[in-house]
Amino acid sequence: MKTALYASAAVIALTAFGTNAAFAQSRDTIQIAGSSTVLPFSSIVAEEFGATFPEFKTPVVGSGGTGGGFRQFCEGVGDNTIDIANASRPMRDSEREACAAAGVTDIREVQFGFDGIVFASSAAGADFALTPVQVFKAIAAKVPVDGQLVDNPYKTWNEIDPSLPNQPIALAIPGSNHGTREVFQERVVTPGAEAAELPEGLTDEEIEAVETTFRQDVVVEIAGDYTETLARLTADPNTVGVFGLSFYDQNRDTLKVATVDGVTPSLETVAAGEYPVSRPLYFYVKGQHIGVIPGLAEFTEYFLSEGMSGNGGTLEGAGLIPQPAEVTAEVLANFQQ
Amino acid sequence: MSDTTLASAAERRKLVRAGLGRRHLTERLFRGFGILAIVLALGFVGILFTDVLRKGIPAFMQSNVHLAVTYDPELLKIDPAPEQAAGQSDADFRAARLAWERKVAMLNWNNVIEAALRKAAPEGFEIDARQILTITETDARHRVRERFAADPSLLGQTIEIDLLASANTDNWVKGNIDRNLGDAQQQLSAPARALIDIFEENGTITQGFAWSLFTNVDSRSAPASAGLLGALMGTFWMMLIVIVLAVPLGVGSAIYLEEFAPKSRITDIIEVNINNLAAVPSIVFGLLGAAVFINWFRLPLSAPLAGGLVLTLMTLPTIIIATRAALKGVSPALRQAALGMGASKTQMVFHHVLPVTFPSILTATIIGVAQAMGETAPLLLIGMNAFVAAVPATPIDQATALPVQIFLWQGNENRNFFEPRTSAAIMVLLAFMITLNAIAIFLRSRLEKRA
Repeated sequence: MKTALYASAAVIALTAFGTNAAFAQSRDTIQIAGSSTVLPFSSIVAEEFGATFPEFKTPVVGSGGTGGGFRQFCEGVGDNTIDIANASRPMRDSEREACAAAGVTDIREVQFGFDGIVFASSAAGADFALTPVQVFKAIAAKVPVDGQLVDNPYKTWNEIDPSLPNQPIALAIPGSNHGTREVFQERVVTPGAEAAELPEGLTDEEIEAVETTFRQDVVVEIAGDYTETLARLTADPNTVGVFGLSFYDQNRDTLKVATVDGVTPSLETVAAGEYPVSRPLYFYVKGQHIGVIPGLAEFTEYFLSEGMSGNGGTLEGAGLIPQPAEVTAEVLANFQQ
Repeated sequence: MSDTTLASAAERRKLVRAGLGRRHLTERLFRGFGILAIVLALGFVGILFTDVLRKGIPAFMQSNVHLAVTYDPELLKIDPAPEQAAGQSDADFRAARLAWERKVAMLNWNNVIEAALRKAAPEGFEIDARQILTITETDARHRVRERFAADPSLLGQTIEIDLLASANTDNWVKGNIDRNLGDAQQQLSAPARALIDIFEENGTITQGFAWSLFTNVDSRSAPASAGLLGALMGTFWMMLIVIVLAVPLGVGSAIYLEEFAPKSRITDIIEVNINNLAAVPSIVFGLLGAAVFINWFRLPLSAPLAGGLVLTLMTLPTIIIATRAALKGVSPALRQAALGMGASKTQMVFHHVLPVTFPSILTATIIGVAQAMGETAPLLLIGMNAFVAAVPATPIDQATALPVQIFLWQGNENRNFFEPRTSAAIMVLLAFMITLNAIAIFLRSRLEKRA
């Protein structure tokens, strides 16, 4: 018993000293966090990077949503802060200020491609051909009827528009921690509200309230990832879910996609700019960590290479919509400044 | 005299008989409820286990593609590997070798895989390059390249090699995706599906035990090769830290509190707080860990060290409480006998009391560790839910843990492939838990017999 006690004490002491010594050396693995939409792409590049460059370690990719990623990114400069924040929307001014306040001043934005946002329903259900105004009328708490703002009276889709199926309205949309939510708001709900012809004489604040207040009874906000949205659809086949195009693409056997303004979302229609609900994807590199964390610049350049995010590259196979080569060249030039 | 007794006895008997039916009924009812409760409880557990087993067992088998790969010099235009020249320093040679390896990595290995697949396909089978490459997993080119990098003399030769079939191929072969769906809903193109069926018939695609589940780390670019090795090592490091820290600290504080500490208001407060700590939800420890270990002590993110410390905090109260209960249970006769023989208090505790409580402390420790092993929530908060494609060599390397890996796979977008994989990972975790608990029971019964 006694020897066991001494042994444990020795081990504790060793651990304490051992770890102290280890912290003195700096981290040699790139640490990434942020958007769950970007995560699959980022992880694939990380793995390929580790396999191709024998001298660098495979970067570690965490999730947490775009907002969560920026929060970690802006915690400061140093070993225990992340090097790259993945984002499905550009960084906000408030986030830049938070970053600057913590000493993160050299932030390099890298745009590497596009993603479409799709409405999908259970493969066994009815077909949907949606327009932004129909989506707005389905989810807004107050909608204009005969020039008056009234509490949303619609129960089924065909009450909004006879062309839609006779199916109870139920929508699963991404929670506010997701960058997807912002794009959904900007590209679908706001144009929908404008097209719905709100009554005259509303102040800007009132209009914003109408555009951002959703019915709680039929709209579910999903804070987790797309699998959670998919689980909702399986539980209630009447639900229409909001997904990333790449997620839908891998689950075409269970999901059916809706057209928006008559355009079917696909790699081609998003790349051509025909499908209205798409957004650029980004990652942000902490400039102050370049040269400190080995491989950071190489990783960024590898990410932007033709074989990865270019036309016909590895990421296209995983559902990324490549951006024109000129845009990539410009982004790379800005990064290397 | 006796008459009245008889009468009252008869009366009493009558009274008892009248109530007998009701008493039997209550007893039968209670037994019935008891059985019902057990059936329900076992039923739920049974449903859970059958579901996990039904989904998970097929994931232990994996489709492999057996190919004859030719290292065709026409396809692989590469200089011979550098040899260490006389007088060349080791550093120079390493640099030259690294540059050569980089060049090898930049070659288009997919051409080699494609040629091998086409050779295995029937003559004149029409399928384009992109479609035929969807049959093997994307890591096939790395496997073939590694063989070449290790042995550059392979150039111009043909070797037989087993490659993993892609996740989508595996889904198709196992029927995880509905085979009757139309082309638009399938992941694989029609020619690729036809070729897979041919390969299955001619023995190019076979089913084998999924060793990759245990020998590989997590992967997103090659889902079929995703394994648990990284998570297992992460869990191992964390459990090591928990055992090394929580057991001596927990047992030590329990002994002091129970045997040596004066009974005062302060010890009362400490006791109440330890009991409260045991009831604190694990997510709170996670928040605490993120604030203290990551932000204040500046421990690395996603490292088993931080995770192990958080889990230690969580396990400590369990061990303290169990050890104290065990110490309380030791008969006073033993203590008095030891003290009566002139033993000091320390001798009494360490030579006589503690050995008797050893089985209980051991059981509590193992159960505490098993609990910590299955804990997920606090680990999410210290960044252990990151995608890590490397085996952690030390406790300060980034890693993930077994339960977190289950959480991550459950969120993977390739549902058809990862649903079974997730269940397989659950089975691995459960196997560990059951083993740990079995060891606890075995040790307890053995040691108790001896004590």
